[in-house]
Amino acid sequence: MIEAGTPAPDFKLRNQDGEEITLEDLKGRTTVLVFYPLDFSPVCTDQLSIYQELIQDFEARGVQLYGVSVDSSFCHKAFQEKLNLTMPLLADFEPKGEVAKRFGVYNDEYGTAQRALVMIGPDGVVKWSYCSPSALEIPGANLIFDALEPSAA
Amino acid sequence: MRGDSGLVVIEYGDYECPYCAKTDRLLAELPIRRVFRHFPVPSKHPRARALALAAEAASLQGRFWEMHDSLFGDQGHLDDPHLWERARSLGLDLERFEADRRSDAAEERVTRDFRSGVRAGVMSTPTLFVDGEAFPGVPERDLLERLRGR
Repeated sequence: MIEAGTPAPDFKLRNQDGEEITLEDLKGRTTVLVFYPLDFSPVCTDQLSIYQELIQDFEARGVQLYGVSVDSSFCHKAFQEKLNLTMPLLADFEPKGEVAKRFGVYNDEYGTAQRALVMIGPDGVVKWSYCSPSALEIPGANLIFDALEPSAA
Repeated sequence: MRGDSGLVVIEYGDYECPYCAKTDRLLAELPIRRVFRHFPVPSKHPRARALALAAEAASLQGRFWEMHDSLFGDQGHLDDPHLWERARSLGLDLERFEADRRSDAAEERVTRDFRSGVRAGVMSTPTLFVDGEAFPGVPERDLLERLRGR
């Protein structure tokens, strides 16, 4: 997977409303891309909803979260409404998983992204990344907060 | 904290989670000291936060564990009228209960518990902590035996 210190690969993905988001749009603030396997699968539901509960804490630290999976914009929209998520969800849909592959977090066996977190600094350079050892293991939100500590930078 | 001897077990859970109810029943039979911390996950369990607040409101009248047992004892009746009924049967002052479960003090307590869980790496319920070690899910035989002191 992509390592800290590497410039994030460029990408262009549609969000849940069909709007295009590019790496350029992320610059100027710290971003965390939350790669996860699929909308509506039970484990993901827990993960994104727990991050959602902490969204004010992330905002207070100037961090914007984006969910990324191989689902389509329409699916993301329904998932977002179901979970009352405010974080944008990006559709890595066509070509399928292309962005997950560029970040080195695609699982060929399942045909989805792995459960991974990539923190990108305001300058577009990867500051920190983490990949779950298994799809069932949810990366704790504490990892993101730890990575935000100056000592970890 | 309930119980007066044995290992300390900290449980992160929510009152709408069936696995937490099962875990709670298993723990109740063990010679341990128990701490419960709220970890409501509203997308899965829309009533979870309201129920955590109800337990904290009962706590302000000295009846936390009674409300805790009542909620886990029957997860089929968790709407507001059911909470009033539970409060009444526990002998709580209902008006105070209603005000307390909407109070900042209760909110802060539940939020504090949730944040402490996040800091400790909790990402699902139930998660137990024994001697600083995390055990996600319903406790399995090995852990139960250890807690039983065998």
